[in-house]
Amino acid sequence: MKDEPVAKNTLTKLASAFIRKEPFGLVLIIAPWNYPLNLTLVPLVGALAAGNCVVLKPSEISKAAEKVLAEVLPQYLDQSCFAVVLGGPQETGQLLEHKFDYILFTGSPRVGRIVMTAAAKHLTPVTLELGGKNPCYVDDNCDPQTVANRVAWFRYFNAGQTCVAPDYILCSPETQERLLPALQSAIARFYGDDPQSSPNLGRIINQKQFQRLRALLGCGRVAIGGQSDESQRYIAPTVLVDVRETEPVMQEEIFGPILPIVNVRSLDEAIDFINRREKPLALYAFSNSSQVVNQMLDRTSSGSFGGNEGFIYMTLPSLPLGGVGNSGMGRYQGKFSFDTFSHHRSCLLSHAGLEKLNEIRYPPYTAWSQQLLSWALASRSCTLL
Amino acid sequence: MDPFEDTLRRLREAFSAGLTRPAEFRAEQLRGLGRFLQDNKQLLQDALAQDLHKATQLDSAFIRKEPFGLVLIVAPWNYPLNLTLVPLVGALAAGNCVVLKPSEISTSVEKVLAEVLPRYLDQSCFAVVLGGPQEMGQLLEHRFDYIFFTGSPRVGRIVMTAAAKHLTPVTLELGGKNPCYVDDNCDPQTVANRVAWFRYFNAGQTCVAPDYILCSPETQERLLPALQSAITRFYGDDPQSSPNLGRIINQKQFQRLRALLGCGRVAIGGQSDESQRYIAPTVLVDVRETEPVMQEEIFGPILPIVNVRSLDEAIDFINRREKPLALYAFSNSSQVVKRVLARTSSGGFCGNDGFMHLTLASLPFGGVGASGMGRYHGKFSFDTFSHHRACLLRSPRMEKVNDLRYPPHSQRNLRVLLVAMEAHCCSCTLL
Repeated sequence: MKDEPVAKNTLTKLASAFIRKEPFGLVLIIAPWNYPLNLTLVPLVGALAAGNCVVLKPSEISKAAEKVLAEVLPQYLDQSCFAVVLGGPQETGQLLEHKFDYILFTGSPRVGRIVMTAAAKHLTPVTLELGGKNPCYVDDNCDPQTVANRVAWFRYFNAGQTCVAPDYILCSPETQERLLPALQSAIARFYGDDPQSSPNLGRIINQKQFQRLRALLGCGRVAIGGQSDESQRYIAPTVLVDVRETEPVMQEEIFGPILPIVNVRSLDEAIDFINRREKPLALYAFSNSSQVVNQMLDRTSSGSFGGNEGFIYMTLPSLPLGGVGNSGMGRYQGKFSFDTFSHHRSCLLSHAGLEKLNEIRYPPYTAWSQQLLSWALASRSCTLL
Repeated sequence: MDPFEDTLRRLREAFSAGLTRPAEFRAEQLRGLGRFLQDNKQLLQDALAQDLHKATQLDSAFIRKEPFGLVLIVAPWNYPLNLTLVPLVGALAAGNCVVLKPSEISTSVEKVLAEVLPRYLDQSCFAVVLGGPQEMGQLLEHRFDYIFFTGSPRVGRIVMTAAAKHLTPVTLELGGKNPCYVDDNCDPQTVANRVAWFRYFNAGQTCVAPDYILCSPETQERLLPALQSAITRFYGDDPQSSPNLGRIINQKQFQRLRALLGCGRVAIGGQSDESQRYIAPTVLVDVRETEPVMQEEIFGPILPIVNVRSLDEAIDFINRREKPLALYAFSNSSQVVKRVLARTSSGGFCGNDGFMHLTLASLPFGGVGASGMGRYHGKFSFDTFSHHRACLLRSPRMEKVNDLRYPPHSQRNLRVLLVAMEAHCCSCTLL
């Protein structure tokens, strides 16, 4: 919160120069349903710490969490500065007609566009935490069981309803053959022989999402899992193979416990495949060779990158969470939240006196005074006006 | 029936009243959040279980700055080189390919940028495109990876709306009316020198120039002769023949400004010459808030003075209006200067001087609210034109260490996991 002093040039040596971080004012946070508490409260912490008043719009889809946030949370905060508003797409549209001083939105790219368009009318800055298909490249040079453990855990966590989960695997046919039994093994280890009865496996949020996911089970060929139970909105941890790029499972963000494997014949082919598509929120590369991991990092772009890891970086507040391109703009988490929800105001406090020192900058100019002025402004930089 | 109107108004009032400013208030709010989580663990777990059947209980890290890709820079006419090249430096330094759209209004500079500049750069990564509003509209239908726009708020909205279709991030350097508060406790000649120089520089066509003065009638009486004196000193008895006074960019702007000369009463200057697009350094008094000169950004060598009876009245006046790009306060009392700073918001602020803060590359330059979003200059340019990619590279080995986090979870595992995550100073382990 403290003012940040900055370096000065000759003309401003006697002044006080600093950046002051100020709240924007009225902040709107629109939260999604997949981590309805975390993705509501973590932004809220940033917005409050930065000194803003906050309007929270939790997702109407995660109804039980919405109820707690609406009924219980306000009791713990000063309600003259904080409010929870409820509603579906229509109410959100109405809400967005109002002017806010900052909007943080977590959700799909489609709705992200709507939010940014509405924000543009009021020149409201935004952070959009969106999504995409997060590629997971698995090199031939790897230990299949280690990779399978890590990928499976991050894919099936929260029944796959995670914006930064690995969405699909890219690997050679040979590596696929080694991975499949390892994935089966990891799934059995984590969730038992009957995953449906495991307490560690989530469920799909609602019927609409369940139906959408069940339809994706028809793509390619089911290598592992594939079972579903409508009464529980349960979908088994599934791996699909022989998947073509044009099939629906490779066209939309999966957001469920389904992991397609797409074959590539080399690292170059994998990189081309990734770069032909929208920039994802997260990108993963698994290899025993750090060279390979670094090449993947150097030759692609994504919100964030994990080498031999899934999204555990989310628990490192020193790393920002944010997208690029279609996966979003802006970032938050830890210190970045405070900075995101603050306006960084440049301040210079000069002397009211010492007017004699200003003489060189006033016209009329001589050749000499112009030279002096250039020097004083530290003519390394652009004095061209 | 708008269900949100009342709630939003209430919160805005609270913010304007400054409730959320003190650190202690914010800390109290955060402690409240913490207690909410502590007190309602079971309730929250049940809710998560109901919605999502969630199970409860859980190398080298760095930020890599990467270019976005294809950057569009749209530049204005008032400082056609500086406001084109300074952003360009940032975009190129960050490794982007750049499309430059200079202003068609500053025609001579546009010509040089279009014909000469490309020869000095690699033209496979850099291009200049030309045109007016219609061509701009066409250009904006294309997808860019970043757009940097300097211009008016009206066009800023158009640019951001177009950017939204492609989810393209933007920096908008816009404008507004930059207030200049002059306290009774000041040396009028010093203030007049400083205000006049920054107001009339480039014939007032500067987005961060002081746009209007707020002061008491008494201070106005002391300021007027001092302003006259400063103008004479800088530009001579016949400012029109001074080599140090600029001209208005074109007829349209000239006509607009000449019409503003009819507002209030001319106290100094007021002359104009259409053949030269010349407007004399002018000061207007007896100006009402509703007159055009107080309704739009002036962007010319005209300085209206609006009277207020106190610092509080000045601050209220400022806060009733859109947040400006720059805000100035002149006073011998640093307390007064700091109060203006503390109780207002603006892109940048300077106490006892004009836009000197722009000369420091260590200070970011950008607006807030209607005056813009994002910032640049110096290191901030590089950061603005880069995507900050969070990277974590872990070892493919040491898989045993990961065993802790895999299900099935035992109470013991969860406790150890929590401790390990807390070691990273992670607060919210609630998923």
